[in-house]
Amino acid sequence: MKFLVCISNVPDTTTKITFTPDNKEFNKAGVQFVINPWDEYALTRAIELKEAQGGGTVTVLNVGEADTEPNIRKALAIGADDAIRVNAAPKDAFFVAEQIANVAKDGGYDVILMGKESIDYNGFQVHGMVGELLGIPTVAPAMKLDLSGNTATLEREIEGGKEIVEVNTPFVASCQQPMCEPRIPNMRGIMTARTKPLKVVEPTGDAPRTEVTEFALPPKKQGVKLIPAENAGELIKLLRNEAKVI
Amino acid sequence: MSVLVVIECDKGEVKKSSLEVATYASQVAQQLGTTATAVAVGEATEDNLAKLGEQGISKVLYDAEPRLKDFVNGAYTKLIATAAEQEGAQVLVLANSNIGAAVGSRLSIRLKASLATNAVEMPRTEGGQFVVKRGAFSGKALADVALTTDRKIIAVKKNSIEAQHEAGKTAPVEKFSANLTDADFADAPKQVIMQDQAGGVLLPEADKVVSGGRGMKGAENWNLIEDLAKALGAATACSKPVSDVDWRPHHEHVGQTGITISPNLYIACGISGAIQHLAGVNSSKVIVVINKDPEAPFFKAADYGIVGDVFDVLPKLTQAVKELG
Ligand SMILES: Cc1cc2nc3c(=O)[nH]c(=O)nc-3n(C[C@H](O)[C@H](O)[C@H](O)COP(=O)(O)OP(=O)(O)OC[C@H]3O[C@@H](n4cnc5c(N)ncnc54)[C@H](O)[C@@H]3O)c2cc1C
Repeated sequence: MKFLVCISNVPDTTTKITFTPDNKEFNKAGVQFVINPWDEYALTRAIELKEAQGGGTVTVLNVGEADTEPNIRKALAIGADDAIRVNAAPKDAFFVAEQIANVAKDGGYDVILMGKESIDYNGFQVHGMVGELLGIPTVAPAMKLDLSGNTATLEREIEGGKEIVEVNTPFVASCQQPMCEPRIPNMRGIMTARTKPLKVVEPTGDAPRTEVTEFALPPKKQGVKLIPAENAGELIKLLRNEAKVI
Repeated sequence: MSVLVVIECDKGEVKKSSLEVATYASQVAQQLGTTATAVAVGEATEDNLAKLGEQGISKVLYDAEPRLKDFVNGAYTKLIATAAEQEGAQVLVLANSNIGAAVGSRLSIRLKASLATNAVEMPRTEGGQFVVKRGAFSGKALADVALTTDRKIIAVKKNSIEAQHEAGKTAPVEKFSANLTDADFADAPKQVIMQDQAGGVLLPEADKVVSGGRGMKGAENWNLIEDLAKALGAATACSKPVSDVDWRPHHEHVGQTGITISPNLYIACGISGAIQHLAGVNSSKVIVVINKDPEAPFFKAADYGIVGDVFDVLPKLTQAVKELG
């Protein structure tokens, strides 16, 4: 089985978000970048399934400029076999999806996995776009994935429950908890990652369809209004009369 | 030219988030000087669909094919795309739900449309561009996004627009068929398993949420959370470590790796307010924090707070809600 796992390079969760002076771009200065946490579920599950089958390959794919390579190497250290980087700054979800679909089209991948969304852009879009561009099913968001021959059984989260879905390969799934326990690289993985192939390809495809015209920070909170614990009931009156939420 | 809105129904009822997007779509239609048509998916009754008139919808399309009761990506995408073509929809509006995200992204390719998810405001025209404000960076920022293609799809975040009700107005419900074939149902679910929702309120849809963290000390104390939730008509939620140790089921876990919610009221009990937790709840309108540690980071994100022991404070709150009548 050939797995393709798409990873995005995102600011570490604890990053304080700031923008360039024109508010058009995220300010990367001094920011630590990590593999998107949701993508770690996709990566680990692909490696687990490959191991269980005793064969196959896991290829990681990132659309990004050269500065994303440390995290691509990290994915190789976790256990992917090889990597492809499409050499372009991700412009929007459609642009990224087209790059992924173009790589996947000729790659003969059976299973394409990615995280549910990225923690920076929070689009929750790329999976469906890739599925539609390739004309194959998408299961989003998936909480469980098992394979038996060419048939996959997935648990898909729905509001208030889950659906059990069966699809044949090839398909796309966007992953989320509790798919697996994400792995961290060990020493041996880190050593071997250096020698694994990382291919760089140039972008193809159409213009992006959206453009961020301005980023902003949400309005600042007024500050907390504290109510003494002895008069806890007072809070309920405030929620009704002042905040008007109950 | 028109606006088409996707209405999700469950057990005959229109979901709350769909009443919100119906309102949103009607207002977009007004901006554009056109009308808003709805296409309904899921299990609906004609009476409830007709009531979408109250949100300003002028016509509802409904395909009563029984296999559409549960979500099927292939079939839903084709059904909605067919409705969009038939109505000449220029703007398509969905809820930013699991269904909305799954079909919205496929539709954007099929209809050659630009897509904005997580929208938190009405769109506006600015310098000739169609601009939508959306949440970004896990709630830590907002982004204005220009949609640059002729056709546009907007997925609206829950609780970011209030549903309007113009009592008594009804919309005609028309039978509609997209000529679906068996192939369109290839990814139909084999089984649907609904989970118990404490208090009967669905967390992703809830407009009030009472949530507990490790400070609740154990599953056996959750009756305190449930009692307050029940009194308020709220859903219950929890922090990640709580679901990791199985005090609560995974589907109640909110945060960066759990679900993201934006209720009008979020009450956090014995939760420290780690940044990963905040990522799932920080766009709640009003945040209440109860924590015995006055230095807990959550107080910085809170609107109201009580420095105190949850075991002492929660029963008092429940009592006070009951006294409101
Ligand atoms: C990659 C990553 C992703 C993560 N994703 C998530 C996520 O999605 N959601 C999430 O929640 N976390 C997530 N976490 C974990 C997060 O960092 C915190 O560890 C977690 O939110 C802490 O949960 P807590 O506040 O319930 O527990 P604790 O940090 O243990 O805090 C318990 C709080 O309860 C208070 N308390 C104790 N006893 C009482 C009492 N009797 N009365 C009142 N207050 C009391 C304490 O003062 C303390 O503030 C993630 C972490 C990582 C690294």
